[in-house]
Amino acid sequence: MEILYFFAKTGFYATALVTLAAAILVVTLRNLFHCALALILSLLGVAVTYLYLKAEFLAIIQILLYIGAIMTLLIFAIMLTHRLTDRSVSQTNRQSLPAFALLAVFNIFFIASLAAVPWKINSASLAAKIDTQALGAFLMGPYVFPFEIISIVLIIALVGAVILGRTDQ
Amino acid sequence: MTPIPLNHFVIFSLFLFSIGLYGTLTRRNVIGILMGIELMLNAANINLIAFSRYISPNPETGQIFVIFVIVLAACAAAVGLAIVLAMYQNRKTVQAEDIHILKW
Repeated sequence: MEILYFFAKTGFYATALVTLAAAILVVTLRNLFHCALALILSLLGVAVTYLYLKAEFLAIIQILLYIGAIMTLLIFAIMLTHRLTDRSVSQTNRQSLPAFALLAVFNIFFIASLAAVPWKINSASLAAKIDTQALGAFLMGPYVFPFEIISIVLIIALVGAVILGRTDQ
Repeated sequence: MTPIPLNHFVIFSLFLFSIGLYGTLTRRNVIGILMGIELMLNAANINLIAFSRYISPNPETGQIFVIFVIVLAACAAAVGLAIVLAMYQNRKTVQAEDIHILKW
């Protein structure tokens, strides 16, 4: 069994590396369509990370909603505006160096402060099993008010997108 | 068979957030900026689930909030891309510095 846990842990770090590499490709590639493909790989890595955190329902939702719906929308928009996203146009502004320096300082500060925090690990929650049925019961129980608010937000956003997207007056 | 330390999840999501923020700051294309925002939202989601799984006495709260964040990300993508397409039809540009009609 010990060897299985070793392979599982190695798999987590490999997934994290692939996710970060794909994310770097997303922000550096010139062709936006290739960026979208790298973003799909990165989102898949995040879904695998959800599996390592024992959130199976969210991993499925991540694949269905992010990769299935949002990325389809993004690729649709990239293809509709493709004449402006080809190689001849520069894709980055002149803020690369300041942004990189700022984020390096931010990361160093954050990692240094993270190492100083003693987290109190709650072993009961670590072992708890949250399946889809339990999530549904919580959504319809203590969290029913935010659930209703989020459905109103969703319907408003969809109506707004339809109004913005129509061409004839 | 000790679990993966919490700090490793947090550092992973910190790097993912930083990469997304870098893309948001440096891209000229509005669709590229949206991709950076999606990366940042995913990093926040990993943090929510990891902290609720490792520390919180209620391990379900993080997952519930991640569902809300994913729905809001879908709303943002739908409305944002509708704005991008309308801007492309009216002004023939998707570069962020050309969209300044609200700037005085």
